[in-house]
Amino acid sequence: MNFNATLIGQSITFVVFVWFCMKFVWPPIMAALTERKAKIAAGLAAADRGKHEQELAEKKAAETLHQAKQQAAEIIARAEKRAAEIVEEAKNDAVVEGNRVKAAAQAEIEQEVNRARESLRGQVVELATAGAGRILKRELDATANDELIKDLVARI
Amino acid sequence: MSATTSAEYIKHHLTNLTYGKFPEGHEHAGHWGFAHNAQDAASFGFWSINVDSMLFSVALGVLFLGLFRLVAKAATADVPGGWQNFVEWIVEFIDDSVRGSFSGKNALVAPLALTIFVWIFLMNLMDLIPVDWLPWVAGLLGVGHLKVVPSTDPNITFGLSLTVFALVLYYSVKMKGVGGFVGELTLMPFQSNNKLVQILFIPVNFLLETVTLISKPVSLSLRLFGNMYAGEMIFILIALMYGGGLVLGTFGGLLQLGWAIFHILIITLQAFIFMTLTIVYLDMASQEHH
Repeated sequence: MNFNATLIGQSITFVVFVWFCMKFVWPPIMAALTERKAKIAAGLAAADRGKHEQELAEKKAAETLHQAKQQAAEIIARAEKRAAEIVEEAKNDAVVEGNRVKAAAQAEIEQEVNRARESLRGQVVELATAGAGRILKRELDATANDELIKDLVARI
Repeated sequence: MSATTSAEYIKHHLTNLTYGKFPEGHEHAGHWGFAHNAQDAASFGFWSINVDSMLFSVALGVLFLGLFRLVAKAATADVPGGWQNFVEWIVEFIDDSVRGSFSGKNALVAPLALTIFVWIFLMNLMDLIPVDWLPWVAGLLGVGHLKVVPSTDPNITFGLSLTVFALVLYYSVKMKGVGGFVGELTLMPFQSNNKLVQILFIPVNFLLETVTLISKPVSLSLRLFGNMYAGEMIFILIALMYGGGLVLGTFGGLLQLGWAIFHILIITLQAFIFMTLTIVYLDMASQEHH
């Protein structure tokens, strides 16, 4: 264990190495590490933001869906009401129309009846006239007269 | 391997490849050259150099800085590749350690800690290479001695710790001022409200605090050196068993495996301790109030 100039040589080498390390090795590596840290932090923040935004979007979507459902329900209710109304209207219309048709039919029937009555009356008059003619013709034949009236009555 | 006896083998492995000037009385007196043995190396005095320690230490340092510089140049904030990932893992670990132990703001401390940790770890890692491989290659190239683990050379560990000590002194004076630093050395830990007693305390305090101060670099380097030296010694002793026949050799192989696995923990731990204590010492030096 004898000391010699190696001591000085080693000290000088040491100083040079530390200087080199301090100048050319440490700062770039540390800079890269710091930069990466910042990058990672930014990435995490972005991820957080994205998550938050997604939550908001989901909330919004749920709200929209809810609204749409409500609207749909409203529309359906309105439609049902309208349908009921239409049915009611149709019913009323039908009744009115039915009444109208019935009235017209009745009027026609009455007309027909009147007409039939008129014609019947005419025929009766004719018959009566014809009967009266025959009766007048056979005034003298009393028996024939009876038969004739019987026949007339049966025809009426 | 030219060593014959166990003692020579061990000695051979513990001798650095030293370059220096041969002193008076030597056959090569006045010439510069490599030491042939430990006595030669000792006779060179201070102005000689352990070529193997310096070589491996510089090579490993360059390897470390080169590999990390690769990442630093291509550093991107996007998804990192495999090597960048690994380097970032180490850098973040160091950064966390510095943040945890160093309260002030200082651009020097973190790179310093990184250099200390990785460099010392790599130097210690050389310990896991089987002890005979690199010296054997060196022997083929005609180099007599080769100690491949720089951190088993006290010159290397003291070179590190004394530099750290210089930084401690620099920041102590810079942050506290000369007066503050001297005050820290002389007015603590014993204090008194009585002026006369306080003056009497000054030499005692100074002695205690100086010992505390000096013990920092000494313990720092000796801890690393001692652990690595002992570890290396055990590897050498285990390697000796390979010459003792098949049974002893197999047993030695198992022992080496076990010790190497355990040693992975030690080399990492020693690098970490050196780094952490450096941070702590610098933190203490940088604090305005004790």
